[in-house]
Amino acid sequence: MSAAHRPLDPKTAPIFPMAARVLVGDTQMRKNVRHATNVIQAKRAKVVAEMPDWQELRESGRRLREHTMAYLDVYLERFERNFTAAGGVVHWARDAEEARRIIVGLVEAAGSDEVIKIKSMTTEEIQLNKALEAAGIAPIETDLAELIIQLGHDQPSHIVVPALHKNRQQIREIFMREMNLPELGESPADLADAARLFLREKFLKVKVGVSGANFLIAETGSVCVVESEGNGRMCLTLPETLITVAGIDKVVPRLQDLEVLLQMLPRSATGERMNPYNSLWRGVDPNGKDGPRAFHVVLMDNARTEVLGDAEGRQTLNCIRCAACQNACPVYRQTGGHAYGSVYAGPIGAILTPQLQRMEYAQSLPYASSLCGACYEVCPVKINIPEVLIHLRNKVVLKAGMTAESVAMKGMAMVFRSERRFRAAQRLGRLAESPLVKKDGEGVGWIGWLPGLLGGWTQVRDLREMPKQTFREWFEKRGGAA
Amino acid sequence: VTTREVMLKEIREANRRGGVGVASEAAADAAWGEIPRGYTRVGLKDAEARLELLEDRLRDYDAHVVRVGVDEIAGMVGAMLRERGKRRLVVPAGMADGVLPDGFEFVVDDGLSAVEIDGFDGVVSESTLAIAETGTLVLQSVAGQGRRVLSLVPDYHLCLVQASEVVETVPEAMDWIRRRPAFATTFISGPSATADIEMTRIKGVHGPRFLDVIVVTDVG
Repeated sequence: MSAAHRPLDPKTAPIFPMAARVLVGDTQMRKNVRHATNVIQAKRAKVVAEMPDWQELRESGRRLREHTMAYLDVYLERFERNFTAAGGVVHWARDAEEARRIIVGLVEAAGSDEVIKIKSMTTEEIQLNKALEAAGIAPIETDLAELIIQLGHDQPSHIVVPALHKNRQQIREIFMREMNLPELGESPADLADAARLFLREKFLKVKVGVSGANFLIAETGSVCVVESEGNGRMCLTLPETLITVAGIDKVVPRLQDLEVLLQMLPRSATGERMNPYNSLWRGVDPNGKDGPRAFHVVLMDNARTEVLGDAEGRQTLNCIRCAACQNACPVYRQTGGHAYGSVYAGPIGAILTPQLQRMEYAQSLPYASSLCGACYEVCPVKINIPEVLIHLRNKVVLKAGMTAESVAMKGMAMVFRSERRFRAAQRLGRLAESPLVKKDGEGVGWIGWLPGLLGGWTQVRDLREMPKQTFREWFEKRGGAA
Repeated sequence: VTTREVMLKEIREANRRGGVGVASEAAADAAWGEIPRGYTRVGLKDAEARLELLEDRLRDYDAHVVRVGVDEIAGMVGAMLRERGKRRLVVPAGMADGVLPDGFEFVVDDGLSAVEIDGFDGVVSESTLAIAETGTLVLQSVAGQGRRVLSLVPDYHLCLVQASEVVETVPEAMDWIRRRPAFATTFISGPSATADIEMTRIKGVHGPRFLDVIVVTDVG
């Protein structure tokens, strides 16, 4: 697929329907995505059903996240105070550019020309790897899926399992080629073993680690990173310097709040009762023996305050990045993640991406949904994604100003407001459609092609001809009062 | 004006536009207390059912679990190490007396390098507590559990859990951790694993591929 080699950038990506049309032709990718999302949905359903208090947890999760956003300034300042007291250094970055500059500067100051990285969608969002490479710093992805993406010169297609669009044979081919392992077996265990050997030496020698964060705890100044493989723990504990970049939305008021989030995230994300490893730690070890001696957290806005300032859109920031909505979405399951032109794909991507672009780009994404509501149902913090999608569609229309469509809609509103005009329009419609109607075998008229804007409707379905008589006409003929 | 000041100002303005009032420390603390918490905070199982649940959940992750009395620990540690063919093990400082058997080489971590730790057959450690419902072992940076690197770099981890320190739910565990803060807390749920290939949980990537757990009860 041609687009996959370039970083996913909403500013340059083709609009969703165009990208999707190409991608749905990739039957292998669709098969992989369908298989993976089926497996993960079944696992999630099983471990969620075990929890009789799941709905109470969801409600607490929603309220907790809403509360955090309402007091975001207080909690960020509190985090900064407590993290600093624990020996860490906080940096503030308004946008991606500033975040990249801070991180590159910190790596250079540490005197390293390579970094080991934990999977972080935030670093994908700001295209950090490209910036590191431009500065002569080699970023080494250590999460298995991210390694597959990096070695395959590919792009992430899922928030939790970025290489979900690749199956084991494809992964084997990438590893054989890039790791120079002609004898590599094709069982998942063989592939995991190859990654273990490939990365072990890097873990033991690279001096700088870069990570994202799942949660920043304001009360204690702690950082929490949730993972499976242990690559995260390696990056968090072995280097001398650790740089963590986190959106300002990642803060959590208190340690106790993890009792909600750490129950919901693994069950929603990978369908596990608990993922293999959660690391929770506070700054720099006061004894200087455990983990990095320098620990930086970059707090990044990058248009999140834009989202916060929109009363209806702000619930988007409550997301804890579990990707349950992607797995449940009938659109994502057909197109895969790359069609969204953003590292945030699926339903959450369809609302997050355009808002993070200040509604200047990715305007087709709020339409990439049938509004079926499956995403809302599985969301652990009850983000009403369909509601936000409609809200954003409204914003897109308002932003577009006067268009042929908006003029047509205004004309239609005028017709609908007057009975006389409405009747006239119905008569006119029957007249106008007549050259387009073709009779089928049973004498029923169908329209298979409509001109201009209306053509969007007939592209994928036929329209029945208008009835010869309207209900009103029929009713009046019978002598009913109009 | 610093970036920090600009960002905080923008957040406050955005919250006003978004229909939320001015925030203060006191108001945040008061409002935090109003968050509903209708979920299960304390489990209702008795001690035996709790242990059985823990053992079941750990086995589900492919960990090997046994239960022994307090005077049988060293014997069981020896038996498990022999079965796994492990001879030279790293241990954190401050392990309880009498839990390590004779006949093996146990090296106490005094700031070993990661490369040195990588050279051991495995690690033996204690734990702070375990969560039955999720099959989770909780380790902290305290005596008997040590630095985070110890339970990470070796390929094999043998972990001791006191039956009296097994809780049923995640909220009970968080209560415990809040009462005993340490520099670092690590939740370990089974051997290291990945679901990145076709969403199948595959045991063993970068952390220990093999996890044995000994649950220690008061009576033999």
